[in-house]
Amino acid sequence: MDRKLANEEALKRLQDSEPYLVGAGIALDVVPGMKKNLILHAGPPITWDKMCGPMQGAVIGALIYEGMAKDEASARKLAASGEIEFEPNHHHQSVCPMAGIMSASMPVFIMENKKYGNFSYTNMNEGLGKCLRFGAFSDAVVERLHWMTDVMYPLIKEALEMSDGIDWKALVIQSLQMGDDNHNRNRAATALFVKYIGQYLCKVNGDKEKIAKVFEFINGNEHFAINITMAMCKAITDAAHNIPGSTIVTTMSRNGVEFGIRVSGLGDEWFTAPANTPIGLFFPGFTQEDSNPDIGDSCITETTGIGGFAMAAAPAIVQFVGGTYKDAVSYTKEMYEITRAENKNFKIPTFDFRGTPTGIDIVKVLETGILPRINTGMAHKDPGVGQVGAGLVTAPMDCFKKAARYMVEKGLNK
Amino acid sequence: MKRVNDIFGKDLKVLNIGLEQFCIDLKEQDVTAIQMDWRPPSGGDKEAADLLSALLG
Amino acid sequence: MIATKQLSEFEGVTDAVILMGSDLNKEVLTRTGLLTPESEAAVCEDLIIAVKAETQEAIDKAMAAVDGLLNQHGSGDDGEEYMPKSFDSAMKAVTGLNFCIISVPGKYAKGEAMKALKNDMHVLLFSDNVTKEEELELKTYARDNGLLLMGPDCGTAMINNVPLGFANKVRKGNIGMVGAAGTGMQEVMVLIHKLGGGISQAIGTGGRDLSLEIGGITMLQGIEALNNDPETKVIVVISKPPAEEISDKILTYIKENVKKPTVINFIGGDKSKVEAAGKEAASTLEEAAIKAVKLAEVPCCSKYSRENDDELTALAAEQAKLIKPGQKYLRGLYSGGTLCYESMLVLRDYIGDVYSNTPLNKKMKLADANVMQENSCVDYGDDKFTVGRAHPMIDTTLREEEFVKEIEKEDVAVILLDVVIGYGTHKDPAGVFAKKIKQAKEKMEKKGIYIPIICYICGTEEDPQNWAFQKATLEEAGAIVVSSNAKASKLAGMIMKAL
Repeated sequence: MDRKLANEEALKRLQDSEPYLVGAGIALDVVPGMKKNLILHAGPPITWDKMCGPMQGAVIGALIYEGMAKDEASARKLAASGEIEFEPNHHHQSVCPMAGIMSASMPVFIMENKKYGNFSYTNMNEGLGKCLRFGAFSDAVVERLHWMTDVMYPLIKEALEMSDGIDWKALVIQSLQMGDDNHNRNRAATALFVKYIGQYLCKVNGDKEKIAKVFEFINGNEHFAINITMAMCKAITDAAHNIPGSTIVTTMSRNGVEFGIRVSGLGDEWFTAPANTPIGLFFPGFTQEDSNPDIGDSCITETTGIGGFAMAAAPAIVQFVGGTYKDAVSYTKEMYEITRAENKNFKIPTFDFRGTPTGIDIVKVLETGILPRINTGMAHKDPGVGQVGAGLVTAPMDCFKKAARYMVEKGLNK
Repeated sequence: MKRVNDIFGKDLKVLNIGLEQFCIDLKEQDVTAIQMDWRPPSGGDKEAADLLSALLG
Repeated sequence: MIATKQLSEFEGVTDAVILMGSDLNKEVLTRTGLLTPESEAAVCEDLIIAVKAETQEAIDKAMAAVDGLLNQHGSGDDGEEYMPKSFDSAMKAVTGLNFCIISVPGKYAKGEAMKALKNDMHVLLFSDNVTKEEELELKTYARDNGLLLMGPDCGTAMINNVPLGFANKVRKGNIGMVGAAGTGMQEVMVLIHKLGGGISQAIGTGGRDLSLEIGGITMLQGIEALNNDPETKVIVVISKPPAEEISDKILTYIKENVKKPTVINFIGGDKSKVEAAGKEAASTLEEAAIKAVKLAEVPCCSKYSRENDDELTALAAEQAKLIKPGQKYLRGLYSGGTLCYESMLVLRDYIGDVYSNTPLNKKMKLADANVMQENSCVDYGDDKFTVGRAHPMIDTTLREEEFVKEIEKEDVAVILLDVVIGYGTHKDPAGVFAKKIKQAKEKMEKKGIYIPIICYICGTEEDPQNWAFQKATLEEAGAIVVSSNAKASKLAGMIMKAL
C-alpha cells in the first residue's frame, strides 16, 4: 500500500469534490438507515448515561417533539429504557452542530457531491441562544421545531427544487473572501444563501406572510449557513474516506465528552480521547467554569480546510475568541505543518491568496507534535442555557496515537 | 555521483536549526539563510515519536 | 487576472484569457474571438480557460501550466520574518537549500542531521553529546551520498569564503584546510590571513572523527575534496594526535593520492611519520600557518607585528621581576579547546604537565573542573561545562567569574586568557574582560601584588568585533596581548621559568 499515492488520492478528492445543495427532506424519508426510534447525535458513539448535560437536554427535546414523551421525566425514562437507539450522525452520512441531535421527523438539507455521487445530510439551524442544540427543551423550543418542520421546511424544499441546486463550494469560496471562517463566523455565507434562495423563495406556492417569516427567521440567524457548510464538508470528506493506506484524517467530531477522529485508510474505526475544553472569550456573565467540553460535528470544517484552518481569512473571529490578527496568522500558518495540501479552492486573501492548509495527516501530527486547532462556540454545561462564548481548542494527541497504533497493529501501513 | 566538490563555488543556501546568532551572522553577510522554528520531534512526546517510527516502518 | 497575463506570455500563444463563465464574460470572449461552443455552454460558476496559439504544441504547453499558475501565491508576507517549523516548509520557503547548521540539544541532533542529509544538504553539526554510533551512521550516509557531515561538536567551517558557525572573516585564497579542532582551525585561518595568505575552503570534521570507531571518514572526504579542488594549491591538516592506526591511515592516503604541498599539524604529534609521507610537519598552529603561507608562495606580509624569541625572552624577564616570591602558579582560562590543548603542550617544555579538565597527562586531571590547583589550564568549552549553558565563546559569564576568583588569589603568578572573536561569538569579549581586569588591578595594587595577564586574541580586523579594537581595549586595561596562541603560552612559560 503506497501511503503517498493513497494520500494523493484522498487529497485530490478533498479538493475536486462538487458539493451542491440540491434539496430538503424529512429525516426518516431520506437519511440512510433512519428509524422512528433512532436518534442521531454529534461525535463518536456514546450511550445515554454517558452523555453530557446539553446533549441529554437535546434528546429530551427531540423525544417531546417526536411526540414520544410528554415531559422531561418521561423523556428521560424513555431515553434510558433501551427502546431508543443512539448512533452518531456520521454513521448516517450526516453532521449537525453542537449536541447535533437529529430525530426521524426533523427536516434535513440534502447535499449531493456531484463528482463522486455521494450524499450528505444536516438538520436546520434553529437560531441563537436557547435552542435544542444547546440542550434546551422548553415548550418554545419544541414549538419552534414544529414551525420549522411544518412551515419553513416545505417552502425551502420547494425553493431548492426549483433551482438546479446551489454550488455550495462556490458560495464558501466567496464567503472566505468576505471575512467568514465558516465555522465560527458564517455571516457572509448566510447572506449569500439568502441571495441565492431568495429568487426562488419568492416564487414558491405559499402564503406571503409565511414566506416573509422564513426570510425573517434566516436573516435573524447569522449562523444559519453553518449546518449546510458542514454538510458540504461531510460530502467532501466522505468522498475522501476509505482509501486504503491513506493517513489523511476524514472525520473529526465531538460528543461533549469525547473527541473522535477517523482516518481515510482505517475504515470506520473511531479513535477517541477525552474532549478538551475550549479557551476563549465569554459572553457577559459567564466564565470558564460554565463551559461544556468541546461538542459538535462542526469541526468537519477544519477537517476540510476551513474554519479554524482559515482563521487568517477571518480576523474578526480571532478577536471574538480573544486573540489578535497576528495570532490568527500564526495559528493558520502552523496548520500548514500538519496538512499535506494547500487548498486549490479555499484561499486566504491576506496570505496573498495562498490555499488553506488542507488534509490533516496523522503522520505529520505525530512528527511535529502540533495538533489541529479548532475555532468553536462554547455551550453551557447545563442543558438549555445556550452558548456562553467562543474559543480555541485542539484535538487531543491521544486520538492520533491511537490511530497510529491501530494502523500498525492491523498491518494497514504495509 | 554527487561529490563534495560540487558545493565549492556555489551560492550557499543555509537552513539554520538552533542558535539564532548563526543565522543572523549569515544574513549580515548577505548569505541566503533561513531560521527554523525548531521544536523537538513529536513535540518532545516520545510515545508519539515511537508510534511514528512504527507506522513508517 | 495575473494568471491570464502569465498565460498570454507563453511562447506561441497569441491570446489567452481565464475567466468565470458569466454572461458578461462570454461577451468578452465573443469580442476577442475566443468563444467556443464549449465555453458558450458554461455556467457562471465554471472557470473558462481560453487559449489561442500558433501550434497545438503551444496550446498543450500553456494548458499544462495552468494549474500551477492558478495556485501560485506570493510569500504570504505579513511583514514578520517567517520561520518554518519543519524541513518541508523550510524547503518550500527557500528553494535549493544546500546547507544546514544544527545546534539543537544532542539527543535530537542525529535525527535532524539525518533529515538534512536526506534532503541533500551538507551539514555543520555544532551539537555535542551525540553518540559514536550516531556519528558513524551519519557520516557513512554522508560519504555514500557525496555530502559533508562536519561534526558533531564542530563549531567552525568556511565554505566558499562564508564563515559558518564560529568563524572569522578571512581573505579568500589558495590554502585549503581540514581540521578536527575548531579553534585550531580558527587560529591557523587568522594567522594565514595576517601573513597575507587566504583560505579556499576550511572543512571541519568534529573532534571525534579521527577516533578508531569513526576512522577519519570526514577528514578523508575533506582531503580528497581539497585535492580535487583547482582553487586549492596547499592543504593544511589539523588535529590533536590521532590513534596510531588512524594517523597511519590518513598519512597513507595522503602519500598515495595527494601531490599538492601539504602541512600536517597533529598538534604535539610525531613529526617523523608526516615527513616520511613526504609532507611538511608543524608542531604549533602558528608554525602550520607560516609553513602553509610559504608553500603557497604568498609574499610575506609584515603588517602584523610578531614578537621574535629575543623579544619574548626580554619581556618574560621583565615581567618575572614584578612577581613576588609567594606567587607560584599559572592559571589558564580557555574558551577554545584546541587553544587550551596547544597551550599545555607549549607550557610542557617550561613547567612540565599542568592540571586540567582535559589534561595531556591523565594523571593531571582536576578532581573538580571548577577548582584549579597548582598550575592549571581549564577548557571552559568542554562538553561538561556546556550542558544547559551556552559555549564560553558566546557567554562569558562563567569565565569572568572564574577569572575574578583566580586573580584575587595571592599564590597566582601568571594568568593566560584566550579571546576568540569572529562570527557567532560574543559581541565584545575584550570589553568584558578589560572591565574585570581593571577592577582586579585596582584591588591588586592596593595589596601590592602584580599578576601579568597574558591574552591572545584569535581574530582579524575584518571580524565584527575588529581585532585591532579588541587589542587596544585589552592593552588599555593592562593586559599583555601577544600575536599567537603558541607565543602567548611561550611567554607565560618563560615567565614561570624565570621565577
